[in-house]
Amino acid sequence: MLEITEGSHAVADAVGKCRPQVIAAYPITPQTHIVEALAEMVANCEIDAEYITVESEFSALSACLGASAAGSRVYSATTSQGLALMFEVCFNCAGMRLPVVMSIVNRALGAPLSIWNDQQDSISLRDSGWLQLYAEDNQEATDLHYLAYRVSEDHSILLPSFVCFDGFILSHTYEPVDTLTKEQADSYLPPFKPFQRLDAADPISFGLFAAPDYYMEFRYEIDQAAKKALSVIPKAGREFGELFGRDYSGLVEGYRMDDADCALVAMGSICGTVKDAIDEMRDAGKKVGLLKIRSFRPFPAEEVKKALSGVSRVAVLDKNISLGSKGAVALEIRDALYGSQTPVYDYIIALGGRDVRKKDIARVVSLAEEGKGDLFYGLRDEVLK
Amino acid sequence: MNDEAACVLFDPGHRACGGCAAAMAARFILDAAGKDTIVVSSTGCMEVFSTPYPETAWNVPWIHSLFENNSAVASGVVASLKKQGRKEKVIALGGDGATFDIGMLCLSGAFERGHDFTYICYDNEAYMNTGIQRSGATPYDASTTTSPAGSCSFGNSRPKKDLPMILAAHGAPYVATASIAYPPDLKKKVEKAINTPGPCYIQVHAPCCTGWGFEGEKTVAIGKLAIETGLWVNYEMEDGVVTKVKKVVRKPVEDYLVEQKRFRHLFKPKRNDAEIAKIQALADRNAEKFGIDIKLKK
Repeated sequence: MLEITEGSHAVADAVGKCRPQVIAAYPITPQTHIVEALAEMVANCEIDAEYITVESEFSALSACLGASAAGSRVYSATTSQGLALMFEVCFNCAGMRLPVVMSIVNRALGAPLSIWNDQQDSISLRDSGWLQLYAEDNQEATDLHYLAYRVSEDHSILLPSFVCFDGFILSHTYEPVDTLTKEQADSYLPPFKPFQRLDAADPISFGLFAAPDYYMEFRYEIDQAAKKALSVIPKAGREFGELFGRDYSGLVEGYRMDDADCALVAMGSICGTVKDAIDEMRDAGKKVGLLKIRSFRPFPAEEVKKALSGVSRVAVLDKNISLGSKGAVALEIRDALYGSQTPVYDYIIALGGRDVRKKDIARVVSLAEEGKGDLFYGLRDEVLK
Repeated sequence: MNDEAACVLFDPGHRACGGCAAAMAARFILDAAGKDTIVVSSTGCMEVFSTPYPETAWNVPWIHSLFENNSAVASGVVASLKKQGRKEKVIALGGDGATFDIGMLCLSGAFERGHDFTYICYDNEAYMNTGIQRSGATPYDASTTTSPAGSCSFGNSRPKKDLPMILAAHGAPYVATASIAYPPDLKKKVEKAINTPGPCYIQVHAPCCTGWGFEGEKTVAIGKLAIETGLWVNYEMEDGVVTKVKKVVRKPVEDYLVEQKRFRHLFKPKRNDAEIAKIQALADRNAEKFGIDIKLKK
């Protein structure tokens, strides 16, 4: 059913229909509307979940870890500083192969303090073993939660997932969203079947310590599972499309890429602006396309390589910066294109919520055509003196 | 359940030091709690010596996540069991570092929220797993590797944090202290805690032969001396009120101190009467506060 609704509320609605049995969350801007909406659903018996109002994000994810190990489907949501506080637990969830799903309402990290959007928070957890899916709009943000549970809980994967969508730009924006009915949701997402659980009838130990003669094999298996998700995500995305008409089989998604000369690469809500800018540039005769990255972890290097094989230059829009190096997406793209002659230009853009307009996208394309890249786009003049 | 059965729940063959009180505590706790128990451990000696992959000493469901989050993990386990209608009891186990210091935020949160679980701290009064560094549970004047006695130091400069009272102030229905030197008492308290709805706390005195500097066969004797000198008091609190205290015919604190290398600087190279008197005063204060003294008839 098509409804005009706030992004956070659309996501909360989807999360509720995923039937989490335990929810643990701590309030942080701009995530709050999601967890408030879920608390309301619990208070009105609209969903049958235990809701733990923890004293920190660190405990939120720790409680999810415990509940998942005990055999429940779990949910949390956070952003920015909250995710940073969860750092240690994030690695633990993946290492213990617990299929936790968490919304990341992307926000910048301090200092300086910023409540506004970029993607530094989730990108900074890229090596944690969590799958990372990025949504362009609220419809996708909503749908990816169903998909994330399906993939995370697949017994050939058993890795936690971030569903990432941009703070305020999506979370606080009203858009039409087609929400699933409970029956539709149930038809796509079966009840949680834990691979193993804490159970007195069949006692096992979770979270042992591993000496050097065993540790590497655990890491190898996590990496293998993450790579396996490169085939499980498209399958789950295709099935979603077959049932509800919105296809998420692509780990990446091209827009007007067929004869593109210059490819922009981006993740998240900026893709909408980029598409509009591309339409204008196309009207003016410029052959520009977009490659949207939906799955950042696992990173679909083969799909990227294939999608970018025909272009003569690539301009990457990075809403993050690995300080002292490059934007994280550009690093991946360069790696994927290693050995090709295609230049990859990196643009650090829109950090801490700085607005990006269509003209900025056109300017980035011009810079790429001039061979100018690997720069922070749109800085105030005074820092450049 | 008898001790033989307890052995089945916490297997021998783990890698604790000979004379380890934490290992004894694990046995006694599971002896009392029985097989329908889920244990949530924090990082520390007990976790490391009992679960070197691919081995485990635990024959009950057991989970370890991090150093400081066992209370939060236990919160999640309890919520999950409740949702599933399952009846297993949940025990969170942590050393004093995990409990008094790094895990206190999670512990406070879990107690405030009132989850139905029992937190048991095996208190060996320092960070033993990392090599005997001071914690908030280290007693006054104990020499540790980060509070070493020296020419201008008598060891740890602060008295032990009063964690049982802090947790009682959270509204915990049952708070108790116990010692591995008194197993029946410890087991009774574990049984009581796991059968009391809500968050309960037991702090178990667990003398560490390696960290405190005494021979492994003396663990129980040292534990008894702590009680007999009044430096450790075994008591129970129900709804914030002390309801039961172990009374003793008190011995002077130096009977306890002199047996341990961590207090050796109080006796060698020369006896430090002033510092010993300060520790005696701590025991006297305990005695007065809890009324532990048995008055002998003359």
